[in-house]
Formats: sequence, structure tokens, C-alpha cells
Amino acid sequence: MTEATLKPLTYLVNTAKPLAIDDYIHAGGYQGAAKALHQCTPAQVLDIVKDSSLKGRGGAGFPTGVKWSFVPMFAADDPKAPDNKYLVCNADEMEPGTFKDRLLLEGVPHQLIEAMIIAAYTIGANKAFIFLRGEYHLAAKRLQQAIDEAYQSNWLGSNIQSSNYQLDLHVHTSAGRYICGEETALINALEGKRANPRAKPPFPQVAGLFGKPTIVNNVETLSNLPHILKHGVDWFKQVAPESDAGTKIYGACGRVNTPGLWELPMGATIREVLYEHAGGMKDGLKLKGLLPGGASTDFLLPEHLDTPMDYDSIAKAGSRLGTGGLIVLDDHNCPVAMVLNLLKFFAQESCGWCTPCRDGTPWAVEILSRIEHGQGRLADLDSLAQLCDFMWIGKTHCALAPGAVEPLKSALKYFHDEFEQHIDNGCCPYKGSH
Amino acid sequence: MQIIATIQRDYRDYLSETEIAEIEHEASCLETREAAGIDALKIVQAHRGWISDESLAAIAQLLGISTAQLEGVATFYNLIYRQPVGHYVIHICDSIGCHLSGYDEVLASIKNHLAIDYGQTTEDGMFTLLSNVCLGACDKAPVMKIGQQDYPHLTAENVVIILDELLNNALANTLADSLPDSLPRNSAEQELDHD
Ligand SMILES: Cc1cc2nc3c(=O)[nH]c(=O)nc-3n(C[C@H](O)[C@H](O)[C@H](O)COP(=O)(O)O)c2cc1C
Ligand code: SF4
Ligand code: FES
Repeated sequence: MTEATLKPLTYLVNTAKPLAIDDYIHAGGYQGAAKALHQCTPAQVLDIVKDSSLKGRGGAGFPTGVKWSFVPMFAADDPKAPDNKYLVCNADEMEPGTFKDRLLLEGVPHQLIEAMIIAAYTIGANKAFIFLRGEYHLAAKRLQQAIDEAYQSNWLGSNIQSSNYQLDLHVHTSAGRYICGEETALINALEGKRANPRAKPPFPQVAGLFGKPTIVNNVETLSNLPHILKHGVDWFKQVAPESDAGTKIYGACGRVNTPGLWELPMGATIREVLYEHAGGMKDGLKLKGLLPGGASTDFLLPEHLDTPMDYDSIAKAGSRLGTGGLIVLDDHNCPVAMVLNLLKFFAQESCGWCTPCRDGTPWAVEILSRIEHGQGRLADLDSLAQLCDFMWIGKTHCALAPGAVEPLKSALKYFHDEFEQHIDNGCCPYKGSH
Repeated sequence: MQIIATIQRDYRDYLSETEIAEIEHEASCLETREAAGIDALKIVQAHRGWISDESLAAIAQLLGISTAQLEGVATFYNLIYRQPVGHYVIHICDSIGCHLSGYDEVLASIKNHLAIDYGQTTEDGMFTLLSNVCLGACDKAPVMKIGQQDYPHLTAENVVIILDELLNNALANTLADSLPDSLPRNSAEQELDHD
């Protein structure tokens, strides 16, 4: 295997100066899109993506091909055909502890454009958006540059590479708020509205942006497509034969020696990411726990270090793969303070639509800050557990509230002694231990 | 509660031709004029530093939506400033990666050095301090963003040096182009010095 097949997503990344279109093509780029447009029908590409068993890298891990298959398809002359469908790339990346999409956006923008051509062609969309978080200024500039080049070279616009297929691509830079990353909230934001999620059904695949069939996919998910098309389904599955197909961009932050990002075959163990790549804990610190995939995943402990980081294995260990970015807690940082920080984030970012989330997250913050500051009571722990029930799946319109519950509930389970210690001692036992 | 004036002038008396052209360009790429609302707010903010009641009413009129609706949008998104801000707006990340890596000390140092709290602007109008959720630079924590620039690996000490340098740059620039109407604009549209 070469770099191109071992690290397909990142081998062309250049964060100092991303490849211009000619260099990207010279390095083998746009061959996946060419194959889709010239050798496959949309239905054939859909079959390839389904067979590849690619799963969404935005956090939920939903199979991409299955999601696409819910988009209604029509013959060109069908009077019932909608006048448009949309593909939207979710580049909102505001999950704390997650910075993988930024690498792809800043480092190899043409890969994403190529990927979006393949996806949009498959679902029959002639217009696509990249929904980019407002703070990613450099990414915005580089994407626009790459899009301009793609139009000039006829990889965007009408009759792309004489295929008779047309695609227009537009970058929307957001104005902030984590909830914009939730796909129906994102659609509202694109329509110029407040970014509250929408009630489902209808699902966006049927009635999404401007009421038309819409697919929303994560940057990393999409970026796999050119390589699946180019190297084939067998290759993609073989990258990680024991695990989910393909590679994953894993990350680590917190007080580890070399925080960063690494593209590895799907299913690398937590130990491998933390010790071989992130260089282990900083001097004098021990691993206390970690969130395996961003702020809205359950804590895992040192005893889980040998868990492969794929969807099923992490779920079996009691958490979620999420975005694959480890947030590492060391033994000199207070777990209660960590959970307080996380819950403050969710309380601030709640869109306010559902009562359990709007009122539950600030309530949890109030209780947690009481405990952290030595004013807690034992009954507070029951109240927190009860709040976890109130905000769990099925009780709110979107996954933000359950996402807030995950670190809280698991912290109550794993760090019960530390919570009690705060209450018994009337102060945070970690104060001054930085 | 603040009441936004409803008697309004023609938006063309208020928005500049450049602003109108930029907003119309965005609207022309989109299915509805309403969809250009967030872009329009960002465009006017880039020119004027923040969104005043007058700006809000003018944009709403230009896009053919109600001022109340646009206000709902403007106040939902945290990168739209509905109050005047300083020349530099400090967005310091207060999310978990930075929290674990020394955010508290950096924040205390900024607050102490500038003598402002979150949401406040220094008396000289130079700095506004705001928190931001994860800036997507957690491997370089703690981090802040000012204008289009990330400042990684902050410490209580180096952040003071960075702020002093920015202050000196701004003062030097004000001297250089001391036009009477050179209002301090925020640094949001300063060009990136990467590329
Ligand atoms: C509160 C919230 C925030 C989210 N933020 C993001 C995000 O920033 N980026 C992303 O790709 N998905 C995010 N998601 C997941 C999306 O709703 C959606 O599942 C995803 O974009 C689908 O893409 P995928 O199938 O390619 O993973 C978020 C979900 C929730 C509930
Ligand atoms: S769960 Fe929270 S963020 Fe999601 S829709 Fe309800 S209130 Fe909004
Ligand atoms: S947590 Fe601060 S940049 Fe991500």
C-alpha cells in the first residue's frame, strides 16, 4: 500500500499551501469524480457507496448509502420531479475537542469539491452548499479559491467535463452557535432563519432545504468518496478488515505530550492513539479518564484503553465514537470541574426549544457549580441523575440534550467518589493541584 | 427592553452602495431574499463594526423582511454584534480542551491586564472581551481568536505581550492615516497574513 491508499484523506493535505487544481489533478485528483460522471449512473454510484458500508463521520455513524437511498429519484421528464434537490456539506465543526474537518478544509479543499460532485450527482442535486463555521476564515478563503478554480476548469458549473451534469457550489459562512451543526437547524440557518432544529418527520432527505430533498453530510464522510470510487469497495473494506470500513481521522487534546490529528485505519485502539501518536500524558500526570469523540460522548476509563475506536466497540464499552477526537482528563484536573465546563457549554448552546434541554442544562450547571465550590449536598447527586433521565433520548427534538447527558451521567458513575469528596470536604480537592 | 425605531428612512440613504452591492450579490445566489439575512448582517458588520438598530432596519427593508424577524436572527447568532465593540474583539475559547490546558490563568491575565470583564470594552475603545466555544484548535490550547487570526499556546505571560503589540499596531496605524473620519473599525476584515 502507498500513502494514497493508507492515508487517503490526508496524504495530499498541505496546510501551508493547499494544492491548486492542476497540482491536485496531477496528483491523481478528480479521477473519482471522473469515474462517477463518465462510467456510472447515479444508481450505480449509490450501490458502490452502499456496498462500501461507509458510515457518517459527523458523530452519529449512520450509513451514508442508506441515507442517500431515502432521496426520491425521478426520471428527467417526470412531472412530479422537484425543481431541485440539494447537497449540503456540514462543515460547522463546533463540537468541543474536534478539529479534524478543519484539516481537510484548509489542507485539501479540492478533495471536498470532488467529493461533493460525486455525492450531488448520485442524489440528483444541481446545487450544493458548504455550511462553514464562521470562525474558519482561512478555510473560507481557500475553499472559495478552489471553487473558483473548479469553475474555471469546468469541474463545477454546467455540463461538467462534457457529462451533461450541472452543479453549482456555494459557501455559506455561519455566524456562530453549535446548534447549527444539527442538520435540520443547519437547514434553517441556510434559509436565513434562527437555527432551531425542525421536528421530524419529514426528514430532510424528503423535504429539507427550501422544502426540497436534501442530504447533509459531514466533511470527513464526503472526503472518502473520491477514494472509494477510485480504488474500489474491496480496497475500502480491506483498509480495516477487522473493523468498520476505511480510515478515520483521530485526534487528541488535553494535557498529552503531542496533541494533534492522525489518519489511521478504522479501529485503532485508544491506547495506540493516546500513547503512540499523542505521546502519552505530560510529565507527572496520569490518565484519569477520557471522552472518546468530542464533548457529547460518555467518559471512558484507563481500563478501556484497549478498546478499538470504531462504532461498535466504543458503544460496547459504554460510549460513542462521536467525532473520534479524544479529550483527555489527567489526574490533576478535577472531573467535576470538567463536567461543569461541558454542561455550561450545552446550557449556553441550547436553542431553547424543548423544556428539558432549555431548563435542564442550566439547572445541571447550577448544581454542578454548587458541588464544585463546596456547597453541594448528597441529594444533589440524585437531582443530577434525575436530570439525566429528563434530558435523555426521545424527550427532546434533537440530540443536543442527550449529548449533554452522556458525559454527565458517565461522570456520576465513574467519578462518584470525587463528587462525594467535594460534598464531604466542602471544597474541591483538586484546587491548587495544577 | 429596548424598542427599535420603526419609522425608517429609505435603506439607500443609510447603506452604502458597496454594502448594497455585496448584499445583492449574496441574495442573487440564493433561493429567497430572506436566506441572505445572515450574510447581509455579516457584510454590514464588516463595514461598520457592529449592527445598530438603523443597520438592522435598513437591511430588513432591503431584503423585504420584517425588522422583528431579522432581529430574531441577529440575536440568535453569537458572531453578530448588536452592540458597539472595540477595535479588537478578543474571542477566547472557554471550551473543554482549553479549560484542561490553562484557560483560567490566561483569562485572569487578560482581565487583569485590560481591566475588563466578559462583554466589556476597554475605555479607550481598543479591546472587547468575549468568550467563544471551541475554536477548532484544541491541539494548540489555550487559544483565542482576534479578527481572523488564531493565537495558540497562550500563557498568562505571552497573552499580555500579544495584546500590547496589537495595541501598538493600532496606535501606529491611527497616526499613519489620521483622517478625521477614520472611525476605529473592528479588525474582522483584516486580511489573513497566512497564504
Ligand atoms: C447539536 C448537534 C451538533 C452537531 N454538529 C455537527 C457538526 O458540527 N458537524 C457535523 O458534521 N455533524 C454535526 N452534527 C450531526 C449532524 O446532525 C448530522 O448527523 C451529520 O452532519 C450527518 O452527516 P454524516 O452522516 O456524514 O455524519 C451535530 C448534531 C447535533 C445534534
Ligand atoms: S434538545 Fe435542546 S438544542 Fe435540541 S431542539 Fe431541544 S432545546 Fe434545542
Ligand atoms: S477547546 Fe479550545 S480550541 Fe477546542
